[in-house]
Amino acid sequence: MSDTANTPRSFQEIILRLQTYWASKGCAILQPYDMEVGAGTFHPATTLRSLGTQPWAAAYVQPSRRPTDGRYGENPNRLQHYYQYQVLIKPSPPDLQELYLGSLEAIGVDMALHDIRFVEDDWESPTLGAWGLGWEVWCDGMEVSQFTYFQQVGGHDCHPVSGELTYGLERLAMYILGVDHVMDMPFNDPQTAIPLTYGDIFKQTEEEYARWNFDTANTEILLRHFEEAEAECQATLSAAHDDPKTGKRIIMAHPAYDQCIKASHIFNLLDARGVISVTERQAYIGRVRSLAKQCADAFVQTRAGGWQPEDAA
Amino acid sequence: MPDLLIELFSEEIPARMQKRASQDLQKLVTNGLVEAGLTYASAAAFSTPRRLTLTVEGVLANSPTTREERKGPKADAPEKAIEGFLRGAGLTRDQVQERETLKGNVLFAVIEKPGRPAAEIIADVLETTVRNFPWPKSMRWGSGALKWVRPLQSILCILTDEAGHAVVPLDIDGITSGDTTHGHRFMAPAQMSVTSFTDYEAKLARARVVLDPAARAETIWNDATNMAFANGFEVVEDAGLLAEVAGLVEWPVVLMGKIGSDFLDLPPEVLQTSMKEHQKFFSVRNPKTGQIERFITVANRETADNGATILAGNEKVLSARLADAKFFWENDLRVAKDDMSVWTQALENVTFHNKLGSQADRIERIAALARELAPMVGADPDMAKEAARLAKADLSSEMVYEFPELQGLMGRYYIAEAGKDDAIAAAAQEHYSPLGPSDDVPTAPVSIAVALADKLDTLTGFWAIDEKPTGSKDPFALRRAALGAIRLVLDNDLPLPLDKAFTNALSVVLKIEEWRGAAAREEGDAAKHYAHQVEVAEKVIADVRPNLLAFFHDRLKVYLRDQGIRHDIIDACIAMPNNDDLTLLVKRAKALSETLKTDDGENLIQGFKRANNILSQAEEADGVEYSYGADPKFAEDPAETALFTALDQAEVKITPAMAAQDFTTAMSAMAALRTPIDAFFDAVQINTNNQTVRRNRLNLLSRIRTLCLSVADLAKLDG
Repeated sequence: MSDTANTPRSFQEIILRLQTYWASKGCAILQPYDMEVGAGTFHPATTLRSLGTQPWAAAYVQPSRRPTDGRYGENPNRLQHYYQYQVLIKPSPPDLQELYLGSLEAIGVDMALHDIRFVEDDWESPTLGAWGLGWEVWCDGMEVSQFTYFQQVGGHDCHPVSGELTYGLERLAMYILGVDHVMDMPFNDPQTAIPLTYGDIFKQTEEEYARWNFDTANTEILLRHFEEAEAECQATLSAAHDDPKTGKRIIMAHPAYDQCIKASHIFNLLDARGVISVTERQAYIGRVRSLAKQCADAFVQTRAGGWQPEDAA
Repeated sequence: MPDLLIELFSEEIPARMQKRASQDLQKLVTNGLVEAGLTYASAAAFSTPRRLTLTVEGVLANSPTTREERKGPKADAPEKAIEGFLRGAGLTRDQVQERETLKGNVLFAVIEKPGRPAAEIIADVLETTVRNFPWPKSMRWGSGALKWVRPLQSILCILTDEAGHAVVPLDIDGITSGDTTHGHRFMAPAQMSVTSFTDYEAKLARARVVLDPAARAETIWNDATNMAFANGFEVVEDAGLLAEVAGLVEWPVVLMGKIGSDFLDLPPEVLQTSMKEHQKFFSVRNPKTGQIERFITVANRETADNGATILAGNEKVLSARLADAKFFWENDLRVAKDDMSVWTQALENVTFHNKLGSQADRIERIAALARELAPMVGADPDMAKEAARLAKADLSSEMVYEFPELQGLMGRYYIAEAGKDDAIAAAAQEHYSPLGPSDDVPTAPVSIAVALADKLDTLTGFWAIDEKPTGSKDPFALRRAALGAIRLVLDNDLPLPLDKAFTNALSVVLKIEEWRGAAAREEGDAAKHYAHQVEVAEKVIADVRPNLLAFFHDRLKVYLRDQGIRHDIIDACIAMPNNDDLTLLVKRAKALSETLKTDDGENLIQGFKRANNILSQAEEADGVEYSYGADPKFAEDPAETALFTALDQAEVKITPAMAAQDFTTAMSAMAALRTPIDAFFDAVQINTNNQTVRRNRLNLLSRIRTLCLSVADLAKLDG
């Protein structure tokens, strides 16, 4: 990247600029979801809120975990824990592409010097029973974001359609900051009294998690946790809609969905441990998808999911 | 006559869909216009990543008035019949005419449809086109229900004549038509209005959009080759990539970059694949070394720094990609040189098909079969077995995981690096071939053995579990596998009895030897159980063999038809013994096909058929088979005697020729019988009153039949 006055100086500055930008465009700036997820899409603010008719606009950073991508912090681009920046707007506004390009300018990409391209990339999440059409966005040949119009989530057609943007923050930031190895990237301002690089913060944890993910995580416990999460998800969803204590209609879509997220992450861990055969893999993915679908079914029965008291009549 | 211009402006259309979409737009709109009576002089369609454009010149300003006359019931017909007629015609009683006919007074309706203005028709046709457009995949957006490949942003639709241009009014779910469009997304995004196609194309060019994809492709190719040539390099041709890249840009700017020297020792196919698949780069070769040393990327804009920033970014991305590839290559080489069985073992966890076991199971079967087939194709059995064991090992390699299209090729590199025989390495790459009717067929014996074993295992396996292709469904590409096996046999002129090969392959697939062993070893119920398994397997083998051979014969017919050999000729040869030896079968069919092209050959068939018909009728009527003992001493006519002589002479030639499988000689000797047979039929009546003479003549016909049928089943021929 060429240096201009507009160029940010650190990883966190890029995040802060994205937050400011999307706040200025009317998004609610949410916080990361407090569970282990594989991607920002899993945050209920995307998965569940893309369902139903209620308008929605949210943006947030989501720490994401992909145990199989761990490289002990040695690979310049690959991490088992990384950050995604996620934007979801429903219905998708007609100028979403322009809004997106504005966000790149906000983080220091000079549109007059770079080659930005929208290249076909259809998105599908077998575990979420979701798909959409869109692009991967290229900047000088590098994929910097995913841009998707959700068509179906949890087996439900999306009406209206949400527009989803996902930025792979490390890769994007490395490019903007001109850094070749993620661990060398300045996390805070390098001119500050205590400058910290990405490696200062994450090199050690990448090693620890890589070892645990690949070699020592107790697979028996994980297998049991998977079963338990699955059972708890289903039990939670099968509870009566009317709460006997308060007398209110309380469908526990979110607590059930937490269990679905948990099952999904445990599956990823088991996969990294290499204990899931190719044939079993499909079966596990199918089980998680089934949970995701049931949660989606439950969510559309709630007010946030577009249900209205008249519907009961 | 006015000209029509339509532009459907959207968010980025996938490159692979653009060409077809512009063709569909042209077809749907022009067909719609013509159906509504609007003819036109010429039409052309274009596409860019953001627009589909159609220009139609010389459109009628109005559709012509049409006049239709309908005959109705008689004037005195029941009220109901008349009502129905009027309703159908959309007229009232006083609007229809009463005419005198031979049958009395009859009602006639004259329905006149006035012509409609072009704009009205165009609006209807375009709306129908947009709403029913055949995108391979389409989507909704926002709150709407309209579907398009990506959000449709605006519609330009104008009619232009000498007086000027006018917007064709149209509203599709809130998108109203106009006379405006936009230029390049970054270089000239402002809205602009246009008055005609010429004006549109010129304004777009000024606004940094080349409308015609062919022109973009040409610019890219010319600039790329010139730039490479100026630096002493040459671009590796890739028509598919060129078309794709032309669909990713509106304003192509070609840039040439360097590949880091660290990566130049990667196999050239790896460099090319990585650059093409991930980055859409063209490979640029140094003609002196043959190495790929540069790349061409195509940007979508000009910049103040002449693309320096863009090129630097692309080089950086490529380095990261190639660093991955190098990492895979080096890791793979380590395994390959150490012990490749790690890879084959890993394939135990990869399911091939849930009823046919893992990839590792399959490899073992192919190895066993390759060993059996080796002597028949001139390969060393042990070498064929080892080659088969290693041929798919690269499926476990990191490189093939990343680039599946490099399977086989990487195997070849790795096996060679592991120090194995070249024939074994080559088999890894070649055993997938041939993949289609025009793909090269391997000729090295070890490669042939493995390639055949691979295909026969697949075919017998899926036949054994009853997963045959049906209609258009062939999910396991079994037709292709059969054609591959056929071409391996034919192109290499292999005398390979397929029936035996099927039995071998099926015995391996069904593990029949294991069951037999167990049945012999065990006692009591266990022995009975295994004996039953053997019986089941034997039954499957017995069922599959003829069925699979028939499938091969069908595929062979399709293949030979493309080479100009008729179905019935192949049927005539299939009806002969040893029809599982395809080399023999095709040799026979080709000789027969050539013979039938000669005058003698064609007429001989008529003579044969005549003889055969008379003989069959007589045999049916008399209840005996005339097959023996024609004696020249009962010949009454010189033509009859001559036929005896001719048959004797032909037999002397045909019998040894057939024994030597020299079908050409045999068939030309057979064709030479045409004249004596014709003369015989002209001169002699078969069914005479003299029973001895009649029987003798029938037995003579039988000699004709037997001799001809020894060459091919001529009764199966058409005509």
